[in-house]
Amino acid sequence: MMAHEVEGTAPVHGAHEVDYLRAGAGVRSWLLTTDHKRIGLMFYVLVVLMLLLGGAFALVLRTELLTPGPTVISAAIYNRMFTLHGVVMVWLFMIPSIPNIFGNFVLPIMIGAKDLAFPRLNLASLYVYAIGAVVTLAATIAGGADTGWTFYPPYSTTTPAGVLPVVIGIFILGVSSIMTAVNFIATTHTMRARGISWGRVPLFVWAIYSTSIIMLLATPVLGLTILLVGLDHVYHFGVFDPTLGGDPVLFQHLFWFYSHPAVYIMVLPALGVISEVVCTFAQRQPASYWAIALSSFGIALIGFAGWGHHMFVAGMSELDAGIFGAFSMFIAIFSAIKVFTWVATLHRGAIQFNTPMLYFFWFLFLFVFGGMTGVAVATQSLDVHWHDTYFVVAHFHFIMVGGTLTAFLAAAHYWFPKMFGRAYSEPMGLLTSFGVFLGFILTFLPQFLAGNAGMPRRYYSYPAQYQWLNVLSTGGAYLLAGALVLALLNLLIALRWGPRASANPWRSRSYEWMTPPIPPEHNFPVTPVIDRGPYDYHLTEEEAHARVSTAR
Amino acid sequence: MNELLRQLLFLPEQRSSLAREIDGLHYFVILVTMGGAALITLIGGYFLIRYRRRPQDTPRPHPGAFARPALFLETVSLFALGFLFLTFWTIGTRQFADLRTAPDDALDVYVTGKQWMWKFGYPGGDSEISVLYVPAHRPVRLIMTSRDVIHSFYVPAFRIKQDVIPGRYTTAWFEANEPGAYPILCAEFCGTSHSEMRGQVIALDPVDYERWLAGGLASAPAFAQKAAAEAENELAEAEPTMPSRGELAAAKHGCLRCHTLDGTPHVGPSWAGLYRAVVPLESGGERVADEAYITESIMDPLAALHRGFPPVMPSYLGQIAPPDVAAIIELMKSIRDVPHGPDVPWDGGVPGSSVTPEGVTP
Ligand code: HEM
Ligand SMILES: [Cu+2]
Repeated sequence: MMAHEVEGTAPVHGAHEVDYLRAGAGVRSWLLTTDHKRIGLMFYVLVVLMLLLGGAFALVLRTELLTPGPTVISAAIYNRMFTLHGVVMVWLFMIPSIPNIFGNFVLPIMIGAKDLAFPRLNLASLYVYAIGAVVTLAATIAGGADTGWTFYPPYSTTTPAGVLPVVIGIFILGVSSIMTAVNFIATTHTMRARGISWGRVPLFVWAIYSTSIIMLLATPVLGLTILLVGLDHVYHFGVFDPTLGGDPVLFQHLFWFYSHPAVYIMVLPALGVISEVVCTFAQRQPASYWAIALSSFGIALIGFAGWGHHMFVAGMSELDAGIFGAFSMFIAIFSAIKVFTWVATLHRGAIQFNTPMLYFFWFLFLFVFGGMTGVAVATQSLDVHWHDTYFVVAHFHFIMVGGTLTAFLAAAHYWFPKMFGRAYSEPMGLLTSFGVFLGFILTFLPQFLAGNAGMPRRYYSYPAQYQWLNVLSTGGAYLLAGALVLALLNLLIALRWGPRASANPWRSRSYEWMTPPIPPEHNFPVTPVIDRGPYDYHLTEEEAHARVSTAR
Repeated sequence: MNELLRQLLFLPEQRSSLAREIDGLHYFVILVTMGGAALITLIGGYFLIRYRRRPQDTPRPHPGAFARPALFLETVSLFALGFLFLTFWTIGTRQFADLRTAPDDALDVYVTGKQWMWKFGYPGGDSEISVLYVPAHRPVRLIMTSRDVIHSFYVPAFRIKQDVIPGRYTTAWFEANEPGAYPILCAEFCGTSHSEMRGQVIALDPVDYERWLAGGLASAPAFAQKAAAEAENELAEAEPTMPSRGELAAAKHGCLRCHTLDGTPHVGPSWAGLYRAVVPLESGGERVADEAYITESIMDPLAALHRGFPPVMPSYLGQIAPPDVAAIIELMKSIRDVPHGPDVPWDGGVPGSSVTPEGVTP
């Protein structure tokens, strides 16, 4: 066993223990593992594959939109393609991405635990996810679902394409989400090491915890609703079909009751990553710990009251629209609390600028810009013009890609040394980060303008006046895809050839960095007792170490 | 100023009575939100540079770690932001109510959306496909429903959009403030040719409008005729997929096991030349094979049996979705001119053995 150079580690780690990557060899030791870190890594592989797949579909879409008429595929294929893109990106990439990879990996270590509360349930959720992914993909490709990821009836209950198998796949994925959510909630409540009171839980844990609450409350609604659509399609129950006495608008209410909170499922974990990155690299405690922690909570709760802003033109009364508009703006206030607090944290920090921080900077701009356009579309009279146009497409991509994807990349770089014990190439990291930003802006900024000009979304062919904006957007998409692939390569190369990293290369005070460079299978040989907060940068390093001891 | 901002933001021209006011709020909201986003980014960026440190080798805390955060400033900014949002909301709510409340003297037009065309019915009884003629300077209220799936009636130049939903009526209104032709787009995804489901609102000078009412398209001004022709073209682009969809549906439901599309005799009457033909009935009398007859024959085939054909067709009631029926009818229309063979049902290879051929004259 090689001796790691472990500067800045607390005395609790056992440097003599075998790390988790080498704790067992062979396929079985991976496939049957209950180690949260290995399960996190397996999720990592699957989820990145899904990102690549969804990205490939996006490139096909964008290529088709190069010309106003048919370019490379037919209208029928285009409609299936954007359904695939949406379904893959939302349920197979975004939702599981940060929680299932980084949440799985660092959440238990961050609270001084040896594993999640239910390790077998965790492994089961991986398999349920894999099965769900296979079913969803096979069904969407073979069945030719062409409804968009929103499944609006009565189109979705009458289309000739197969719908039931797809929604069964998504249902299975929902089960996996719920399993993970339950596990995170139970773990956060019961597995915290002595001394980690609620006021000392790292902010990432707060974010994952709030996300899990949304998952638990919202996912069943979605699962049952789309299952009803699938059954309606086959058996004509008519729950949502007006020719059989059903109500298609009811579906929209149920769908967005899940899907509005779901956008916070997608973005809250990203906000958690950003909080960690900001505090670590500014070497400061957050300007207000409780503002960040509780605003996650606020978002999780108020997030359930905004769904109607997707339906202003679906025939909603003015009063309802007003209420939903107001609640939506409330959510924006909670997000603003976070943004202001991060910026205040930078103030008078000792900022170390590297790849995760550059991603934070992009994130700051894109998330605020995207969030502000969210307030704009929540303004009822303006949304009448914008709804279902490319403005909305640009808006949600600013948050989901500009926000969550950049935070995902920040996390991938930030925790890389902890996960794999190696350092990535910083210049390449910065360069690819620039590429991602440029590609992103070029892709989605023109879409705001196309939406303003009146180009509706999900359009296979479009009036010629919108062409040049679409050409810009397609060019950007290729740039973005190229930069993402390079960023991935940079990490893959570091995996094999990167120089060895120390246990705490960023000098973070957060608890996961107390373990050796690559944590051993059970994280801590003995459960630590912790007598300081995760952001106590006002202590010297010795003081910080001294406040972590071994349980007796 | 209005014109400059409108063009910078790529907004279409403001051609309804409310468009300009809505755009005013648009400018306000966009300028404030973009300004805010830029400001916070600049402040963040400034801090990133101003407080930048090389990774220190000392394990001692840096002085900033003891600084008190500017929480007071943060709270003030939050309240300011909340106040701005409240302003957006107040104006937006009022405008939304205006957008939804048609004046009492509005002219009513009935709109039906179906895959993939718009149909406009006037109280006088006329109806138009794809082209909505309205008088300028007069409020028009649209009373809308859909025959199949959800569509959304969107006229960018008027800043109006309203979902069109099967099984219920929704309304929208506008007052065109200048004669002209303004594109209609379908904004809610509605199937294969969703993006071809376009049309034109042709707003006519009141005098021209009266003339159009009396004399039809021929008496409309040139720009209107041109726009109408364009709309016709667009409709034709959306259309070819309807019959082909009908053919798919017919194959899926097994119709083509008994019916042919090229006039060849088979178990059931060929569909070639069937649409609008006069069909002799087994029970005596005859019917015109129009939409009603065709739909009835699909749902309850034995109610009015085509004379000379065996009563073997099953009922498709509840089996076949309305859009499929519509597509099949569209398919029949498309082969209306295919010559119809001798109308002899196929009976196992002995042509003409059971019934006398009855020509069906379209
Ligand atoms: C290379 C990056 C991407 C490009 C170029 C891209 C492009 C597109 C395009 C062209 C559409 C179709 C819009 C329409 O048909 O009206 C779309 C829809 C969508 N995209 Fe992306 N996208 C990208 C990444 C992502 C990511 C990372 C997510 C993750 C959440 C995402 C989520 C969605 C969603 C939810 C929709 C809506 C699907 C629907 O409504 O059917 N996209 N995107
Ligand atoms: Cu439509």
